[in-house]
Amino acid sequence: MYVAVKGGEAAILATHDLVAEARRGNEAVPELAVAQIREQMGLACARVMNEGSLYDPDLAALALKQSQGDAIEAAFLMRAYRTTLPRFGSSEPVDTAKMAIRRRVSATFKDLPGGQVLGPTYDYTHRLFDFALMDEASAPAAPNGARPSAQPLDASMPRVPDILGAEGLMEPETPPEGDPRPFDLTREPVSFPADRDVRLQAMARGDEGFMLGLGYSVQRGYGHSHPFVGEVRVGEVSVEFVPEELGFAVDLGEITLTECQMVNQFAGSKDVPPQFTRGYGLCFGHSERKAMSMSLVDRALKARDFGEATEYPAQQDEFVLYHSDNVEAAGFVEHLKLPHYVDFQGELELIRRIRKEREERLARETQALPEAAE
Amino acid sequence: MSETSTRQRWLATLARASRSEIEVLASRLGHVPSHEILKAPETGTVMVEGRAGGAGRRFNLGEATVTRCVVRLADGAMGFSYALGRDGRKARLAAVIDGLLQTEAESGPLHGGIAELAARQEAARELASRKAAATKVDFFTMVRGE
Repeated sequence: MYVAVKGGEAAILATHDLVAEARRGNEAVPELAVAQIREQMGLACARVMNEGSLYDPDLAALALKQSQGDAIEAAFLMRAYRTTLPRFGSSEPVDTAKMAIRRRVSATFKDLPGGQVLGPTYDYTHRLFDFALMDEASAPAAPNGARPSAQPLDASMPRVPDILGAEGLMEPETPPEGDPRPFDLTREPVSFPADRDVRLQAMARGDEGFMLGLGYSVQRGYGHSHPFVGEVRVGEVSVEFVPEELGFAVDLGEITLTECQMVNQFAGSKDVPPQFTRGYGLCFGHSERKAMSMSLVDRALKARDFGEATEYPAQQDEFVLYHSDNVEAAGFVEHLKLPHYVDFQGELELIRRIRKEREERLARETQALPEAAE
Repeated sequence: MSETSTRQRWLATLARASRSEIEVLASRLGHVPSHEILKAPETGTVMVEGRAGGAGRRFNLGEATVTRCVVRLADGAMGFSYALGRDGRKARLAAVIDGLLQTEAESGPLHGGIAELAARQEAARELASRKAAATKVDFFTMVRGE
């Protein structure tokens, strides 16, 4: 039961001032510029763009500044802003085979066409603090830039599952009849069982920590899987859009994407010989951990299609899709701190009545005892 | 090359250019010619689609901010701009430039400026690729037991 209660305006205005002060911190320390966050906290911005489901690095940086670095609060700001914008339409599906590669590794093939390209990664760092980053005075004016190789990468970098697919060893990924428009969970309510397009959209905007935990659960035995990273690739992809009034595709510019193709053990049937199965992850920005987790869970969620048991959380679409959205989850968890005075008053009255009835019953029973003894 | 694909190419170059690069390009004209705004710069989104596995079923990855603008020049040419981001000033100038490019001789200053911008963008792409190529792994096999 909700009852309108007035009051608290002055307190709320004062908390806005106080949170602004808390956000700014010590004024003797220079204020962060949004461009500094965008350029130097790029991985945090990528996470906010994914979970906010809106690609705009400047806005992601602003969201992080405004939320004091709280990634979920920042994603909430992105989602709220998005609802104020008209949607011009949908892009042509991005072509990740044409990605301008900055990183591309495969755990399944050592010698693959185009090669293993480590790109910018923390994978081979020692996780030791670099105290030079803390001491701005002693930091070199310009860091040692990366030294380019004489030759660029190969123009063609085939996606690894496509190589196995050519041999027929890989579950094919082809569009269904008629290449239908995808379902949009921001416009229509989700029903279950959810199709692959719904699952992929939900996971792309899902919380990285939740997806990581679920992916990890699959590896640990809560979902049958024996995954290999077929490929992880990071780089820039063109976004093309056909405006109605022009009637031809316009290249809107480039976005950074991370794609993971997870190769899993076999499935087959009477009609189809055994093939590797696959899981897919695609994310905004450089977001490898998220893309890998998504691809593990994507494969686990195919359990029903392959006639496998669906006994674990990662295999159950309803569980995954209803709990992966951190803005929804935070809303429901955190609403508990808002006034529930009337609900709680009801609970108080109830427990007082229960206790009173119990006391009266005990009193009656004690009075009755001596008679029983006679 | 068809007229459409030439235009597609300069629209892609303009979309990738920064506002200041487009201002420099427009300054080649001396002044921005008078134009009627048919659709004022407007920021919205485009839903970015992907394909499962890269080539399979379409799905919605998430939206991206896009700003568009449509102008009509004195000679009746319609100029369009569609680009990622939220820069209305860039959109208006880019739309005017698109309108002008449709009638400008190929040796004209705007076509020249677009070619320079495209070359700079290509050089940046190539440099990024060469930096990535420096991190390419050269495997060698250790022979054991000899």
